[in-house]
Amino acid sequence: MNQAKVPVWVNIALIPLLNITLAFVISGLVIYAIGQNPIEAAGYMIYGAFGYSEGVGYTLYYATNFIFTGLAVCVAFKAGLFNIGGEGQAYIGGLGVGLVCLALDHSMPFIVIAPLAIIGAAVFGAAWAYVPAYLQARRGSHIVITTIMFNFIASSLMVYLMVNWLKGTQNMSLNSRTFEQNAWMPYLHTLLTPLGIDIGDSPVNLSFFWALLCCFGVWLLIWHTRWGYQLRTLGTNPTAAKYAGIDTAKVTIWVMLVSGALAGFVGLNEIMGVNHSLLLNFAAGYGFTGIAVALMGRNHPVGIFLAAILFGALYQGGAEVSFDMPQITPDIVVVVQGLVILFSGALEHMFKDRIEGFFIRRAAAAQEK
Amino acid sequence: MYDTLIQMLDATVRVSAPLILAALAGLFSERAGIVDISLEGKILGSAFAAAAASAVFGSAWIGLIFGIIASVALALIHGFACITHRGDHIVSGVAINTIVAGLTVTLGLHWFNMGGQTPALSGDQRFLDITLPFAHAMQNVPVIGQIYSNLISGHNILVYLAFVMVPVTYWIVYKTRFGLRLRAVGENPHAVDTAGISVTWLRYRAVMMCGILCGVAGAYLSTAHNAGFLKNMSAGQGYMALAALIFGKWRPVPVMFACLLFGFLNAVAVRLQGVIIPGVGEVPVQAIESLPYVLTILLLAGFIGKAVGPKAVGRPYVKERA
Repeated sequence: MNQAKVPVWVNIALIPLLNITLAFVISGLVIYAIGQNPIEAAGYMIYGAFGYSEGVGYTLYYATNFIFTGLAVCVAFKAGLFNIGGEGQAYIGGLGVGLVCLALDHSMPFIVIAPLAIIGAAVFGAAWAYVPAYLQARRGSHIVITTIMFNFIASSLMVYLMVNWLKGTQNMSLNSRTFEQNAWMPYLHTLLTPLGIDIGDSPVNLSFFWALLCCFGVWLLIWHTRWGYQLRTLGTNPTAAKYAGIDTAKVTIWVMLVSGALAGFVGLNEIMGVNHSLLLNFAAGYGFTGIAVALMGRNHPVGIFLAAILFGALYQGGAEVSFDMPQITPDIVVVVQGLVILFSGALEHMFKDRIEGFFIRRAAAAQEK
Repeated sequence: MYDTLIQMLDATVRVSAPLILAALAGLFSERAGIVDISLEGKILGSAFAAAAASAVFGSAWIGLIFGIIASVALALIHGFACITHRGDHIVSGVAINTIVAGLTVTLGLHWFNMGGQTPALSGDQRFLDITLPFAHAMQNVPVIGQIYSNLISGHNILVYLAFVMVPVTYWIVYKTRFGLRLRAVGENPHAVDTAGISVTWLRYRAVMMCGILCGVAGAYLSTAHNAGFLKNMSAGQGYMALAALIFGKWRPVPVMFACLLFGFLNAVAVRLQGVIIPGVGEVPVQAIESLPYVLTILLLAGFIGKAVGPKAVGRPYVKERA
């Protein structure tokens, strides 16, 4: 009798669409409640994110961060782990990037610095995920709690390092010295303008392509390697994984290392791509947005890419809308983000079960005829 | 030296009070099997509602009521997701924290036009410090006098409430029928269900208790400890309370001591800001600030004792059907 199946498009399109629509409708009601016109706000947002070339560039710049953190959450999710520490891992990953740039920018060309910075981001991000991973795998401490704690420890550590060691001598603010130009991730506009493609003066840089490569890499890793199979088995049924001879502790640790490394790549975009110096709080909630992106993207790299673009557009559009409608600040985007997490994460069963039931019954009825 | 110690303990009490309230809130929730990382969001939501209502109605007590209402409403959302729809507790908590962070500023800007803050509160709009009887008379009594007049006396009513809630929570959780069932539902919901008690209703009551206590904690932040709401003013205290809850191994009195320890570390960090110790150099206050988290991790890892939470915590209860 269980021949009846739910059509694929229901799971990958209809349900996410329903969730995001609901999140938008409620945010629209909030905007309406504060005496503003939600349609008008949406218009400004869409124009700000996609309507002109520089806006598109900004959208892609934000999306770069969200791809990294979304993938980080996704890889852990697939193995049944909740990495809520993307924020701290991104922060420390940025430290790795910054240290590489500060050490080498006087002596090495970009072609040497770039791969080392990527390694720096990955190693530092992964290292920050290692301790929670080890404690989860070997000592049974709950990874959610430990990664939350590590977010706070990361932020204390960064303040300590910036104040005592890394603060530049020239400036009053808590920045390191600015890197030399050869340690800057090239902006896309410097590469695309000669080709006749205009993306304005936006901060989107080469990290965006690295993010796309990571999407592909994660897809390959999870669905086309032996190791990815172990990871998915662990996520679907830890007991079965154990009896199939999978070293679950080892897989747990490796998954978290990959997850931490992916989150650490935010540092490439922020430190090497945009700020060109080490500073405080550059992670700015991107780690948490990754949770919304992964949930929205149904934990698949393609979905995550699309969700990252959506959130990039929301961040850029949200910043833009406040110029025209000062009552609406980018904080409204945070509300949308929270609602997305609520509907597509916490309340996923609310619609899913009913909709799937509807399609299963329909298919079963069709079969009987 | 003695004066300094009294001052630091006084600061400890002030910082610990909201932690105690929030950690006890978490205790009710987690003992019933509902993981709650949305303590943070509930505190923030309540802080905003309390400050806003207090500014509008001119009474800290009305503020407190609105704070509690806001916090309970958020707790019910958490319950709706986790209990009714069997959602992931952590995801729901993250959602609530995120929504509140954005919503408070958006509404604050609309209502008060002060960049997301509420107006500065004064007089009856705040819970002011209470001087206990004979505090002035006791001032000059050696040792005890200082403790009574500067440490025990001179706090606002919510601080006393926080400390009173410790034995009250102990009594509810360990000495009442509700408490017995609460603990049972966190350990083995099937057994509770078999006994003919509704798991759902019991857990809803637990999250509402959690909401009420978080509501008081939030009102404390904005109408007692500070004079108004500031963007993101809870600043991680909900997570700190969660750490204290684990550090106190989900039991009321040890949880209180964990909160006091964390509060004391905070007071030490503030005190030592910029102080130079001979031979060591400037004290890295950040190390002291992050000590509560480090200690909690060490405890969780089993290096200093062992923290074992309620058995069914975080798992949705699915009633068996014939």
